[in-house]
Amino acid sequence: MIPPPFDYHAPGTLDEALALLGELDDAKVMSGGQSLLPMLKLRLATPANVVDIGRIPGLDAIAESDGHLRIGALVTETALEEDAAVAARYPILLDTARVIADPLVRNRATVCGNVAHGDPANDHPATMIALRAAMVATGPDGERRIGVDDFFHGLFMTALEPGEILTRIDIPAPGPRSAGAYLKLERKVGDYAVAGAAVQLSLDDDGAVTRAGIGLTNLGFAPIRATAAEQALTGARLVERGGLRGAIRRVRDAIANAPDADDAIAAASQAAADATDPVADRRGSVEYKRNMARVLTGRAVRQALARAVAGSAGTPDTGAGG
Amino acid sequence: MARHTVTVTVNGEAHSREVESRLLLVHLIRDELALTGTHIGCDTTHCGACTVLVDGVPTKSCTVLAVQADGAEIGTVEGLAGADGMSALQEGFMQEHGLQCGFCTPGMLMTGTALLAANPDPSEAEIREAISGNLCRCTGYVNIVKAVEYAAAKMAGADADAPADAADAPAA
Repeated sequence: MIPPPFDYHAPGTLDEALALLGELDDAKVMSGGQSLLPMLKLRLATPANVVDIGRIPGLDAIAESDGHLRIGALVTETALEEDAAVAARYPILLDTARVIADPLVRNRATVCGNVAHGDPANDHPATMIALRAAMVATGPDGERRIGVDDFFHGLFMTALEPGEILTRIDIPAPGPRSAGAYLKLERKVGDYAVAGAAVQLSLDDDGAVTRAGIGLTNLGFAPIRATAAEQALTGARLVERGGLRGAIRRVRDAIANAPDADDAIAAASQAAADATDPVADRRGSVEYKRNMARVLTGRAVRQALARAVAGSAGTPDTGAGG
Repeated sequence: MARHTVTVTVNGEAHSREVESRLLLVHLIRDELALTGTHIGCDTTHCGACTVLVDGVPTKSCTVLAVQADGAEIGTVEGLAGADGMSALQEGFMQEHGLQCGFCTPGMLMTGTALLAANPDPSEAEIREAISGNLCRCTGYVNIVKAVEYAAAKMAGADADAPADAADAPAA
């Protein structure tokens, strides 16, 4: 399949790229091109101009600074998978990268592109919702930060203005006793999700949830924040008293023995399912997808909890209390 | 529409062509440079038959513009065999019956080559993960995994500088 004719621009600096976006009519920004090129080939997109930001130096940085993980526009999914800080402190991002397309696509596909594309079937949007990330857009007037809840406007529509580039995603560093998980049901490797659930939890010293973030993939025309599900978890004690102190031999018991856990997780899972608005397609019926949202949310909560407990058991400050 | 001059080094040989913006890398390789070992399968970023190395990184060449590859080193299946014959991985595919129809094989070989360069002793799980973007409809993957393992073992033997009888002799 041959893409429609367009002109190609490869600016060498961000300023050049922004100038091009200001001058050109009907221009589309490309980073890894792993979503845009298939759309061009299928002629679902027919921009007159493609501005390839892939050669701009300095946009491929991934680093923790000032309490944030900062992911530059050209950080690939493969780079995310291989990053030590991500592996240590952001397991939800590792979960997510690993289920996006396949390793060959991930060699070129970028995290920011996955988000900027505005496709509710993409996986990172739900993760970013759970992590309460900020999108940093650079335009002719400089940078502006867009909270993830204001970023996704609908199918392939985001808060990015035509002259803007998503240059970075800033993710607040999770505090102690925090962890997340992303679970995706897919028919085969590389497919879009039948349903996906991203959960990020923070616990207090007694195992009660102080903050919950829950995002859902491919269950509506935009990525969904399951607000009622977050509320159902917040304040609930999901780990038994003392379960976060001392050596945890059996993480599952620490969760199973918490009086609130089963009820709160069931309520949150149902609330997540109720927040969805899926369409029936070859991946399943509306009822099936809703039910999968419920199941995946519950499993992701438990996995996030297990990780939070296991992580806390290894930290000296909580170990001293046991 | 505007045309651009693209210079790529393919299997060590530099080529320049004036191309349309929309020309895909796989078409540059096949149609302009007449290297038809790189196949086009699904043409929708799924099957991996078009996999080539771009600066050493396995990439689906149906989903890269030729202009994006300007200045890059491209590796295709035609570049795998050296003066002393097939690469260890190519030999592995032959010895372990890693192909039937052969359509996916060039892509499998390029992905496998990159895997072994990064990880000379991959586990079966690592091999299966690495080739999960390359679809084979004949083998069920079992013999492809064995082919990669064969190559890893042969390369390890060669690296150890041992006599490596088994590795040098074409298996009877």
